[in-house]
Amino acid sequence: MNELSPTASLIAAAVKVLAVFTALMVAIMYATWAERRISAFIQDRLGPNRVGPFGLLQPIADGLKNIIKEETNPATASRFFFVMGPMLSIMPALVTFAVIPFAAPLPTPWGTVDMIVADLPVGVLYILAIGSLGVYGIFLGGWSSNNKYALLGGLRASAQMVSYEVGLGLSLIPVMMLAGNVTLTRMVADQQLGLWYVLPLSLGFLLFLISAFAETNRLPFDMPEAESELVTGYHTEYSSMKFSMFFIAEYAHVITASALMATLFLGGWDIPFWTGDNFIPYEGGLISGFTAAGEPIAAQLSIWTTLLTLGAFMLKTTFFVVLYIWVRWTLPRFRYDQVMHLGWKVMLPTALAYVMLVGGTILVLDQLGVSAGPGFGLALTAVSLVATGMFALYLDRGRIITGAAPAGRAARAAPAAHP
Amino acid sequence: MTRRTVEIPVGRGAEMGMDARPAMGPLTPVDVAEPDIGSEQMLINIGPQHPATHGVLRLICELDGETVVSVTPHIGYLHSSFEKLGEYRTYNQIVPLTDRMDYLAPLIYNCAYAMAVEKLMGIEVTERCKVVRVICLELDRIFSHLLWLGTTAIDVGAFTPFLYAFQERERIYQLHEELTGARITTSATRVGGMMSDLPAGWAQGVRDFIDTFPRTLNEIDSLLTTNAIHQGRTIDIGAIGPEDAIDCGLTGPNLRASGVDYDVRKDRPYYDYETYDFEVPVGENGDCYDRYLVRMEEMRQSVAILHQALDRLPDGPINVEDPRVSLPSKTDCMNDMESMIHHFKLIMDGINAPAEDCYFAVEGSKGELGMYLVGDGGPKPVRWRIRPPSFVNLSAIARLAEGHLVADLIMINASLDIVLGEIDR
Repeated sequence: MNELSPTASLIAAAVKVLAVFTALMVAIMYATWAERRISAFIQDRLGPNRVGPFGLLQPIADGLKNIIKEETNPATASRFFFVMGPMLSIMPALVTFAVIPFAAPLPTPWGTVDMIVADLPVGVLYILAIGSLGVYGIFLGGWSSNNKYALLGGLRASAQMVSYEVGLGLSLIPVMMLAGNVTLTRMVADQQLGLWYVLPLSLGFLLFLISAFAETNRLPFDMPEAESELVTGYHTEYSSMKFSMFFIAEYAHVITASALMATLFLGGWDIPFWTGDNFIPYEGGLISGFTAAGEPIAAQLSIWTTLLTLGAFMLKTTFFVVLYIWVRWTLPRFRYDQVMHLGWKVMLPTALAYVMLVGGTILVLDQLGVSAGPGFGLALTAVSLVATGMFALYLDRGRIITGAAPAGRAARAAPAAHP
Repeated sequence: MTRRTVEIPVGRGAEMGMDARPAMGPLTPVDVAEPDIGSEQMLINIGPQHPATHGVLRLICELDGETVVSVTPHIGYLHSSFEKLGEYRTYNQIVPLTDRMDYLAPLIYNCAYAMAVEKLMGIEVTERCKVVRVICLELDRIFSHLLWLGTTAIDVGAFTPFLYAFQERERIYQLHEELTGARITTSATRVGGMMSDLPAGWAQGVRDFIDTFPRTLNEIDSLLTTNAIHQGRTIDIGAIGPEDAIDCGLTGPNLRASGVDYDVRKDRPYYDYETYDFEVPVGENGDCYDRYLVRMEEMRQSVAILHQALDRLPDGPINVEDPRVSLPSKTDCMNDMESMIHHFKLIMDGINAPAEDCYFAVEGSKGELGMYLVGDGGPKPVRWRIRPPSFVNLSAIARLAEGHLVADLIMINASLDIVLGEIDR
């Protein structure tokens, strides 16, 4: 592995920032397009299909429309915070992407370029720290509008996001314990050698998935903008580009959360069942694995591997984005107190118990002398699957989310017939 | 604790230890305790322009956090003075007013009005007309329930069932259009019969609809009925017991969801409803979920009735041969003087109903729809009064919603299935 010179690494960083930002914005545009097309498909409609082939230019038309629309500033709004809101909400979603590795290292004549904007040693902590900032934009937007609906939306958003922050963080602790560090590149490398974390940490993945839905304020957790109750919640008073920025922020959050789930649980840019894309840092070099005798195999970098892994990463991210869209157009919305109930009384204890369970299992396996490898991963997988099954049983429908409803009522059949 | 004299807001009587019925009478000053410091309440105005008020309903809510302390419905934003207008129109000219009252089930209102006038005049419509009207009534029951289903689904955040429901509604719209030429303002009935006989192929169109409609209904059913979130949003929300429901004057699915087995089609049958084989679904708990289940089942029962009605649809004239109401044929008008004068009198003067009064009720999609008519022997009623199911059902919203959250208030409002055209009249 040849290092980049300081100048080259500076240029590489600038190019990467630009490229990732551009790619992310384009991805956001087409996420809105995908949402509209997929929702149309689900609902037996056509969706946007007039602007360009398959309506592919629709996001551009929408962007143009939003720019030329009239900007409204309510007279009673707190102007400074009113303008700050959308900016604050879009920023965290974009900067989170900086620590997500999106492809295998790229060999260039000047050295190997890591396909990550900033390979922070504290990647996961950075994500949690920045992710918490997202609530400020929404809350400030809702509060400064001086509108009761917006205020309620902002209140709900802050309460909900703070609550699910806890679940999000706790569901990541097993990942850190298993990986043994908090650097995202190391986590990807670890998953390349062993199993993807979705298997040994299935319950953690489930909890993270639910928390991520809540964090991004997407249905069934779209309390802050529940349009049937709060008109559109925190962005009721916003128009034009300021509204558009909230809109972009939502999709940026969705894509970032999807990329995060792909990285943390689905092996990042790893292509399964192929060792050619394995680039594990080992004693100063990159290796693709070990021979049966335990000798490291030097990795062969190539631009094609980089492109293929980039494709794999995008595919996994797209999978989660589509999942987001699919869920949104299938499920009804929770009620605000049910969301809080789920967050504090179900997610938090489960996540805590799961941290203990994974920690205990790792400790026991270490004590038994099971080395890191297939056996270790499979043992954890079995334990996690049992835990996931128990969690699913506990989430008996109508028992947890209804709260006050008498048990068994939900399972009741259709009403009695006329005598 | 200081005491002061305040006026009781409407609907808060029970909370203040008064009679359990909602205080709808004149406001009486009484002594009440001043609210505790710290329980500051927010007054929020929902509607008349709001995505979830199903029209131009305005709800003034007093909130403690997000808990509804009191809710006062304000109506009248769609007031059209239909009843008064009716006093200046001949009996057949009133028909177009009726479908504008419930634009979600126009045929039911057309039929109910025509049936009331026929009762006033003692006219027995033809067998074919009876069956055609049963088809109209049941088709529009489905039509109305589908709108309720779709909008209720939107109110709990599920957008997809709404579009599924509206695709089926679109097919009923087309049936309306084929039958009457209009999609919403059908004006299909005339005193003594229908505007015209069924167009060719219409009955088959209805058959095609009821053959495929249950599949869509089952799809929506699978999206909502056993969905944990939907159950969590509806079970035990806005529950009302049978006695209270009767006290509030609830009728239709709202009453039956509370466990009261009252359906005009069964209890005071008209148009041979007693000969149709159908069941009336009755709920147990009177909450939003039971109201949902009852309406879902009613749509299935309506499909069953439609099958039977189409099977027994007899041939024969659609309009009665009664010189008081039926126009002579065009050929007769052209060929003999008496028929032409008869035609002229019926068109220019209108139908003369006797100087009596009558009340006639049908089971509408939203409850018992009653029509009260007072004739004076002339061509116009001196009084036309409607027993509006939505109006009466809406009056229960204050007591249903108190103590629930704002989100539940929206759900309760949706589950009552109101239509503002008829509430404001």
